[in-house]
Amino acid sequence: MTASAVLPSRPVPSASLGRGVSDRLRKKASRHVKERIIEALLFSAAAFSVFVTVAIVYVLVKESWVFFETVPLSDFLFDTQWTPLFDDAHYGIMVLLSGTLTSSGVALLVAIPLGTVIAIYLSEFAGFKVREIAKPFLELLGGVPTIVYGYFALTFLTPLLQKIYPDLPGFNLLSAGLVMGIMIIPYVASLSEDAMRAVPMALREGSYAMGATRLQTALWVVTPAAISGIASAYILGISRAVGETMILAVAAGMQPNLTFNPTEPGATITSYIVQVALGDLPHGSIGYQTIFAAGLTLLLMTLAFNLLGYWLKKRFREVY
Amino acid sequence: MQIPTGTQPGVEGAVLKADVRELDFYYGAFHALKRVSMPIHDHMVTSLIGPSGCGKSTLLRCFNRMHDLYPGNRYAGGGIVLYPDDTNLLAPEVDPIEVRMRISMVFQKPNPFPKSIYENVAYSLRVRGMRNKNELDDRVESALKGAALWSEVSNRLKELGANLSGGQQQRLCIARALASDPEIILFDEPTSALDPIATASIEELIIELKEKVTILIVTHNMQQAARISDFTAYMYLGEMVEFGVTDQLFIKPQKKATEDYITGRFG
Repeated sequence: MTASAVLPSRPVPSASLGRGVSDRLRKKASRHVKERIIEALLFSAAAFSVFVTVAIVYVLVKESWVFFETVPLSDFLFDTQWTPLFDDAHYGIMVLLSGTLTSSGVALLVAIPLGTVIAIYLSEFAGFKVREIAKPFLELLGGVPTIVYGYFALTFLTPLLQKIYPDLPGFNLLSAGLVMGIMIIPYVASLSEDAMRAVPMALREGSYAMGATRLQTALWVVTPAAISGIASAYILGISRAVGETMILAVAAGMQPNLTFNPTEPGATITSYIVQVALGDLPHGSIGYQTIFAAGLTLLLMTLAFNLLGYWLKKRFREVY
Repeated sequence: MQIPTGTQPGVEGAVLKADVRELDFYYGAFHALKRVSMPIHDHMVTSLIGPSGCGKSTLLRCFNRMHDLYPGNRYAGGGIVLYPDDTNLLAPEVDPIEVRMRISMVFQKPNPFPKSIYENVAYSLRVRGMRNKNELDDRVESALKGAALWSEVSNRLKELGANLSGGQQQRLCIARALASDPEIILFDEPTSALDPIATASIEELIIELKEKVTILIVTHNMQQAARISDFTAYMYLGEMVEFGVTDQLFIKPQKKATEDYITGRFG
């Protein structure tokens, strides 16, 4: 039984109780208006970002709709060729997707292990001074423009790899992916380190007090305790890899190629969009329309990763 | 390292487990322990009392070399001799991990790891490289029984340690400390974050535990020291003011400063 069911109903509080409302206690009109204006400003700032997001999705969906009126969805998903500019046009997104997944896979194979190891070192092993010097450098690595990374891949890493593996073409997904991995390391490392450092000292002391070594403490206590933050860092890294454009446009060749072999050249969704957007295809043509469908695919992929990250965060939220 | 000899007399029949001898300790430039000496008797409960900032927790954390974790901390003279090894465990040649394997610790706030109840207790065994499932099961069970927690958790060993109540969490931490059969367990105000009922059960447990281990406990609560400990040391401003058999120290303190503190005239 709730309390309200027991208590007799009473009139709404009214000013008739007491001698009326004194001037000191009366609501002030000016204060009320000011609060309202500030609230409205803050709301419009928040609403603006929501509006922009909605507008982007609207444009993508609307233009993709035009595309899918001509090209059936099944062709888009299952065709194994991507030749929208040829007379015999094929629109198999698999081709671009394979490039995106292959280059991202290579990048993550570099960024996740290295980023995690760096995070563990900085958080659990490095002294105060080392950390204070190393972290800004690490973050600087994330601030290098991606076009510079692209040229680094094309003119430095690819020739280097060709010395080991002479058949490697000048444009390839491997060196683009490796460099992309280097680019992502700071994101993974920095965010993972933040998550690890947020683990309370009491947990570490508990571990050391049981006779654990630093490595045991780092791997068995700190890392599991920080796992949700580390997972978010990985997800951000994946999103960065999937969305990266310039490195791939410069170093991977931009040739649509259905392959999961990183030693081949390939186009990714992003590098294809650049190619078309910079080309001279007439607006409204079906060839031009493809970039919206490709963009929508990209958006859905990053959305999926963000949802995955959100789920991981909730699922593995450690209580300590 | 040359250990200065000469310490306050213990009690007849009591065997020394450790001996603090003229220990000096610094946090950076701050002289936190000043020539502190006291004996620790085997299979006895020794409590450290004194007002906040008197150095009692600092002294406790010397025993398992916890200060080594932070830069700027310095053991500056004297030491803690551990028996039967007759070794100064603060000597630079001594491996702090070996020390912590034998001298375990329970903290002020329960700090279970973000793992299952089972894995929390098994942690100190896994750290020692124990892999055998049956052996682990046995040791975990006996540690949980030793910490009077087995009956409450035996059917939920896979649950997170953090799901337990505060008092249960603290007993879990005691089980974790017990699992590896330590010689000494250090308690750093183990009940200050607990309600009176949980406190009573922890106190009872500590009295039982001295059958197995030597206990050194820091407490803010003088009644607690009087209830559970065999020996009590009163510290003030980094110095050892008085050490004695608990009953004597509380009934007939030798020093005026001790009397002032335990009668509540200050502190």
